[in-house]
Amino acid sequence: MVKNLVELRGLKVAFDGVQVLHGIDLDIARGEAIGLVGESGCGKSVTWLAALGLLPGKATVSGSVRVDGQEILAQPRHVLEGVRGKRIAMIFQDPSSSLNPVLRVGRQITEALAIHRGLHGEAAKAEALRLLDMVGIPDARRRIELFPHEFSGGQCQRVMIAMALAGEPDLLVADEPTTALDATIQAQILDLLIALRAETGMATIFISHDLGAVSQVCERACVMYAGRIVEQGTIQALFDNPRHPYTRGLFDAIPRLDGPRERLIPIPGTVPNPRDLPEGCAFSPRCSHAAIDCRTRMPALHSTDDGRLLSCHHPVGSHPPIGVTHPAEARVLEPLS
Amino acid sequence: MNEHFKTPLIEAKGLVRTYEVRQGMFGRATPVRAVDGIDLKVMPGETLGIVGESGSGKSTLGRMLLGIDPPQEGQALFEGKPMPKLATPEWRALRAKMQFVYQDPLAALDRRLTIAEQIGEPLAIHNLVPKPHRETRVAELMSAVGLRPDQAGRYPHELSGGQRQRAVIARALASRPKLLVCDEPVSALDVSIQAQVVNMLRDLQEKNHIAMVFISHDLKVVRNIADRVAVMYLGRIVEEASSDVIFKTPLHPYTKALVSSVPVPGKLLQGRVILQGEPPNPANRPSGCAFHPRCPLAADICRTSVPQLLSVADGRTAACHMVTRAEASVAA
Ligand SMILES: Nc1ncnc2c1ncn2[C@@H]1O[C@H](COP(=O)(O)OP(=O)(O)OP(=O)(O)O)[C@@H](O)[C@H]1O
Ligand SMILES: Nc1ncnc2c1ncn2[C@@H]1O[C@H](COP(=O)(O)OP(=O)(O)O)[C@@H](O)[C@H]1O
Ligand code: SF4
Ligand code: SF4
Ligand SMILES: [Mg+2]
Ligand SMILES: [Mg+2]
Repeated sequence: MVKNLVELRGLKVAFDGVQVLHGIDLDIARGEAIGLVGESGCGKSVTWLAALGLLPGKATVSGSVRVDGQEILAQPRHVLEGVRGKRIAMIFQDPSSSLNPVLRVGRQITEALAIHRGLHGEAAKAEALRLLDMVGIPDARRRIELFPHEFSGGQCQRVMIAMALAGEPDLLVADEPTTALDATIQAQILDLLIALRAETGMATIFISHDLGAVSQVCERACVMYAGRIVEQGTIQALFDNPRHPYTRGLFDAIPRLDGPRERLIPIPGTVPNPRDLPEGCAFSPRCSHAAIDCRTRMPALHSTDDGRLLSCHHPVGSHPPIGVTHPAEARVLEPLS
Repeated sequence: MNEHFKTPLIEAKGLVRTYEVRQGMFGRATPVRAVDGIDLKVMPGETLGIVGESGSGKSTLGRMLLGIDPPQEGQALFEGKPMPKLATPEWRALRAKMQFVYQDPLAALDRRLTIAEQIGEPLAIHNLVPKPHRETRVAELMSAVGLRPDQAGRYPHELSGGQRQRAVIARALASRPKLLVCDEPVSALDVSIQAQVVNMLRDLQEKNHIAMVFISHDLKVVRNIADRVAVMYLGRIVEEASSDVIFKTPLHPYTKALVSSVPVPGKLLQGRVILQGEPPNPANRPSGCAFHPRCPLAADICRTSVPQLLSVADGRTAACHMVTRAEASVAA
C-alpha cells in the first residue's frame, strides 16, 4: 500500500494565461487533519478545485494528483468520478451553492447514496437518516422532508456534511465551512468535524483565512501566499515559533479577547494581483523583514532542521536554520505601503 | 465630570420593532418582535459595542437608532431631542450628523461612479463645502482613511474589499458626523485587513471625537474597539458592562457561552464549553427567560418568569435570575 492517501506534486493552475498557482506539493496521510491558511486570493480553493477537476474550462491545470498512488489529473471521466464524492468529498463556504433549493434534503442525500454506494429505497432512506443523525440534525425523520431554505445556516452546513459523508470518503476537504457562521455555531461545526474524524478515521483538509479556527481542528498547517506554500509545519511549531514573516503576521493580526484593549497589528497592504506579482519574494512589498535580496531572488521552499518547510531568506523567530543568511547581514528595507 | 449630568449623544428608550413574518410558504403572517424593549445611551465620543448571534436584532436596533426604521414603541433621542420623522427635512439635516456603515461595501457603493465622486456626494447633497473646495476635502478624506490619491478615479470593482470599506467610511465621514453606526464593518474582510480597518476607525474616532455604535458578532474585534458592550439575545439586552470587564468576567450565562466559543489560536477545541442549540428565532420566543432552552443553569423559575435587566455592580447590568449583586461583586 502507498503510504500517503493523496499526493499533490507541482500542481499549477493558470486562468487565461495568468498563473495563479505556482506548483503545490502536498502529502496527506490517512486520517490526518491539515489546515490550509492564507488571505483570500492566495489559491487555497483553487488548489482543491484543480485537484478534483472542478475548475471551468478556461483553467489550465498541470502537475500530478495521486490518490492511493493512482493519477487522477487529466484522466478520463470515469477515473475522476470514482474519486470525486467517493474517495474525496468537498464542502464549501456557501451551502446554498451546493444544495439544490427545489429538492427535499432527504432526496438529495439519497441521490448521493445511490451514486456513490448503490443504495436505493428503504436502505438509502435509513442510511440518510443515520447520516443526518450523525451530523446532529435533531428530529431527522421529519426534517428529511424539508427544503434547504427551511434550515438555518448552521444546519445547512450540517446537511452538506451529511451529503459529503454519503460516499464514505477517505478525505473531506472543507473549504471555509464556518466563515459565514456565528462563533457559537462555528464552534459546533468544528466540534462536529473533529468528532466525525475520530469516528470515521477520514482525513480532513480545513481551509480558512483564520489561523485561530485552523488550530482548533488540525495538527498541521500549510500557509499559502500568492499561489505558493510559504511555510508548513505542526500547528504547535507554527504557533510557538512562526518563522515566515507572513505566518507571524497572520497570527499577530488575530485580535485578542483577553488582556487590555489594544491596537491591532495588521499586515500592511494587500495580496498582489496574480497578473502583477512582485519580483523576488511575492511577500516583500508587505514584509517588515525584507532585505535587498528579497526583491530580486525568490526564496525556495526547503525543509529546516526542526522539520518544517519554509521559504524565506530572512526568517523571523529563533534558530535560523543552517544555510540561511542572518537578517542582520542584509540591509533591511522599509516595507512599501 | 460626572457622566450622569451630561446629555447622551444618543439615547434609546424602550425601543420595540415588530415585523410581520410568514411561517413557511403558505403560513399566516404573525408579528415577530425583532427588538423588544431596548434602553441604551451612548455618550459623545464613546464606542458602544453590540454583540449577539444572528437574528438577535442588532441590525434592526442600529437602523432604529438612526431613525431609518421607525420604532413601534419607545423613542430614540439625539442630543436629548426626539428623532424627527423619517424623510422629513429635519431628519435629513440630522442624518448628516449620524452615518451608517454596512457590512457589504460593494452593495453600499454605486458601481457606475468613481470612489472620489461617491466620497464627495454628501458634500454636495448637504451643501457642506463650496464646490471649488470639494476636491481638496475629498483628498483629505481619502488620505484620512488610507486611500492613495491615485485611487480617486477607480471604480468600486477595481478596489479590494478593504479598500472599498475605506471608501465607504470616507464617505460616511464627509459630513463630519458625531455618530457612526457600523454594522459588521469588518466581518467580510480577512483578519489581516480587518486589523487595518479597525485601527483606522479607532484613530479617526479619537481624532474627531466621534461616538460609535459598533455592531459585530466577533467578540475579539469588539473587545479591542469598544468602551462599553451590550450583549443581545432575542431582541433584548441581557448584559451590559465595560469592555474591560465583560469578557474577562462575564456574568450572564449567554455571555459566558459567547466568550467560550471564541477560538484561541494554538489551542485545540477540545475541553471548551460549546453552546448547543440553534441561534434564537424571534418567531419562536421561549417563555420566561428566552435563553432557558440553551442555558446550563436554567431552573424552574427561568421557564416562567422573565428576568429583568438590573444593575448588578457599578456600571454593570444583567438580566438573569441566577446573577445576584453578591455574585457580581465576587466576579469583579
Ligand atoms: N424587514 C424585515 N422583515 C421581516 N423580518 C425581519 C426584517 N428585518 C429583520 N427581521 C427579523 O428580525 C430579526 C432580527 O433581525 P436583525 O437583522 O436585526 O438581526 P441581527 O442581529 O442583525 O442578525 P445578523 O447577525 O444575522 O445580522 C430576525 O429574526 C430577522 O429575520
Ligand atoms: N474561475 C476563476 N477564473 C479566474 N480566476 C480565478 C478563478 N477562480 C480563482 N481565480 C483566481 O485564482 C486566485 C486564487 O483564488 P482562490 O483559490 O479562490 O483563493 P482563496 O481560496 O485562497 O481565497 C485568485 O487570484 C483568484 O482571483
Ligand atoms: S524576509 Fe524576504 S524572503 Fe522572507 S518573507 Fe520577507 S521578503 Fe520574503
Ligand atoms: S434566567 Fe435562568 S435560563 Fe436565563 S440565563 Fe439566567 S439562569 Fe439561564
Ligand atoms: Mg476560497
Ligand atoms: Mg445584522
